[in-house]
Amino acid sequence: MKRIFAVLLVLCMALCIVACTDKFDPAAKSEGVMTYAEYNAAEMDAEVVIEAYVQATQSWWDNKITVYLQDPDGAYFAYELACAEEDAAKLTKGTKIKVTGHKGQWEGEIEIMDGTFEIMEGTWVATPTDVTSLLGTDDLIKHQNKLVCFKGMTIASITYKNDEPGDDIYVNLTKGGNTYSFCVERYLTGPDTDVYKAFADLKAGDVVDIEGFLYWYQGANPHITAVSKVN
Amino acid sequence: MKKMKSIILCLLATLLCLLTLVACHGSRGLDAFAMPESFDTSRQYEISFWAKNDTNQTQVAIYKKAVADFEALYPNIKVNLQLYTDYGRIYNDVITNIGTGTTPNVCISYPDHIATYLTGANIVVPLDDLMAHEAYGLGGSKVKFDSPSKEEMIPKFLQEGVIDGQQYALPFMRSTEICYVNKTYVEKLGFTLPKTLTWDFIWQVSDAATAKDENGNYLVNGQNVLIPFLYKSTDNMMIQMLKQKGAGYSTDEGEILLFNETAQQLLYDIADHTQLGSFATFKIVGYPANFLNAGQCIFAIDSSAGATWMGSDAPLVDIPEENMVEFETAVMTLPQFDPDHPQMISQGPSVCIFNKQDPQEVLASWLFTQFLLTNEVQIAYSQTEGYVPVTSKAQKSEEYIDYLSREGEDNELYYDVKLKATKLLLENTDNTFVTPVFNGSASLRNAAGQMIEETTKAVRRKQTVDKLFFDRLYTNMISLYRLDRLGEQTNTGKADLGELPSTAVFLLSALVIAWILVGSYAVWQWVKKKKQEK
Repeated sequence: MKRIFAVLLVLCMALCIVACTDKFDPAAKSEGVMTYAEYNAAEMDAEVVIEAYVQATQSWWDNKITVYLQDPDGAYFAYELACAEEDAAKLTKGTKIKVTGHKGQWEGEIEIMDGTFEIMEGTWVATPTDVTSLLGTDDLIKHQNKLVCFKGMTIASITYKNDEPGDDIYVNLTKGGNTYSFCVERYLTGPDTDVYKAFADLKAGDVVDIEGFLYWYQGANPHITAVSKVN
Repeated sequence: MKKMKSIILCLLATLLCLLTLVACHGSRGLDAFAMPESFDTSRQYEISFWAKNDTNQTQVAIYKKAVADFEALYPNIKVNLQLYTDYGRIYNDVITNIGTGTTPNVCISYPDHIATYLTGANIVVPLDDLMAHEAYGLGGSKVKFDSPSKEEMIPKFLQEGVIDGQQYALPFMRSTEICYVNKTYVEKLGFTLPKTLTWDFIWQVSDAATAKDENGNYLVNGQNVLIPFLYKSTDNMMIQMLKQKGAGYSTDEGEILLFNETAQQLLYDIADHTQLGSFATFKIVGYPANFLNAGQCIFAIDSSAGATWMGSDAPLVDIPEENMVEFETAVMTLPQFDPDHPQMISQGPSVCIFNKQDPQEVLASWLFTQFLLTNEVQIAYSQTEGYVPVTSKAQKSEEYIDYLSREGEDNELYYDVKLKATKLLLENTDNTFVTPVFNGSASLRNAAGQMIEETTKAVRRKQTVDKLFFDRLYTNMISLYRLDRLGEQTNTGKADLGELPSTAVFLLSALVIAWILVGSYAVWQWVKKKKQEK
């Protein structure tokens, strides 16, 4: 009897270990949900259903929230998802959500319009992809909406939208003799954030590393989330 | 018996206190503004001005200069400028700040929005008495600058700020909608622009422009992107179409007439042309100016206040230089159903003043508001876009007449597209109209535009647009914009704030219990004393 009990106990423990080591796959999708490739291939205006992880949100407003989403295969920009104010607080970094909406393109930015969402089990946070070498190439757009980084960029100009701190900051950065437009988006990283404040101490000629989301407006126009000066 | 009487008295007193507290809920507010006898210049005032610009740095500079010039005249008034680029954000922030009693002093607003602000008691200051005041009113004897008289305000524009018979807003600038046309492409398609654009003409040309070559590129521009007809503000589109058709939108009293047969027929027409690829909206694809300048749009309808972004030589551009296309820009009035009787909307920023405890602070706000009507501010700001000044004093000034005469001298201050847009409004001021303003008119306006947006999106998403679709659409619009609840909040001064929040109930209950305990203790002490006396 004791032996049988011991064997059962060992079996039970073994099963527990197997269960515990069942690896979480952040790329896994529920039934009926598109993979990133399927989303990417979907026609404009088609209904899309995706699952991805919140990387950041813009400020909630008027029962809507704009969300930067990513999974291990690609990134999504969900523009003005229907969202009650109490639900906005649940959209923390890494939270997995399922979004149903329509694929659209606004000024070159591929986005999910008129979307609704539900929160799912699981968390995952993206690490920035270095796309510095892709600047000015046709391959850059393949990383649209992803969390990306750019190394060794030189500041050409810093302009506040209303000529003074408070609203968006337009930042022109150069690399290899070409100039690229970046933006500190007020509704993503407002005047109270570190990245917004950091630009007060930066000036044309400074060399910086940039991190942000690869937003598109008539061409690449990354939304900067972090900046550090290169010595 | 005496003991009983005391207890009843205590309870009654408690009840009275409670009633007093409860009565306060929902009616707390400021006293109506009363004009002080004179402006007290011995005191310092700090007022806030929430202003809107069109993402235009020159406008920002003009606001700043206006503030500096005003402060130089009135060193005891400091004006804190807060800038916005979106009316909707101003509206939302004001609503939030009404709740906390921290509204700005002076604010750029739409009259529709002001009608909603008026649901609170004495929130917005009526301007009639201020305007007419002999010393501090328009052109008043004690005003330290050359302010326009009431007679020098353009009556039609002034009337737009009247709500429920009172002047609650002053016009600051006026604009209208303009159709910016790629004339080169219209002629390439074999058409000639008429003197006055009609909807039929626009649809005809737009449909013709959708022809493609064997590679899928549009014949007219050789590109794979073309939205022949692109509209910025679809709320204006619906409102103007209904007005031109003589169909209902709303009554002056706030009765909703939007969901009518004519509106539905217009939406069917829009759906048909969307199906052909002839039409889209700003909300769906982007700015009309960007598509126009890239040769990807033929008819771009936007405000005259967006004129500096329109055309091959536009001074403000938002697309890469290599995407700009050379074409001739025709600046035309909005398309009409009856070209002999053109009708177009009058729009543009207005200014309102929020009430404060201190009437002197309100008077300081009024003086600043009036300063915004001086020629210096009016002419400078109107020149930044296709705006027109709201005073005849500015419109008839030598400086302004000279400005208008120099159309096309350069592509900056005298940019021809901007000046043509301005002149179209000046010539058509009598053909402009505004929609009735009432509490909820802002929601109705949103619903009018959203109906076009939803219809356009439905077609693009291959949904069926039929009677069932419109039945659902109307129901959704009524629900989304609470159009069935308009009038529940009136501007009688007392807003229905609903049930007391639980924290307030708890606090009031605690107060009642405290009073009962205090009363009981007093009674007990009194009885005890009486017993000892015996």
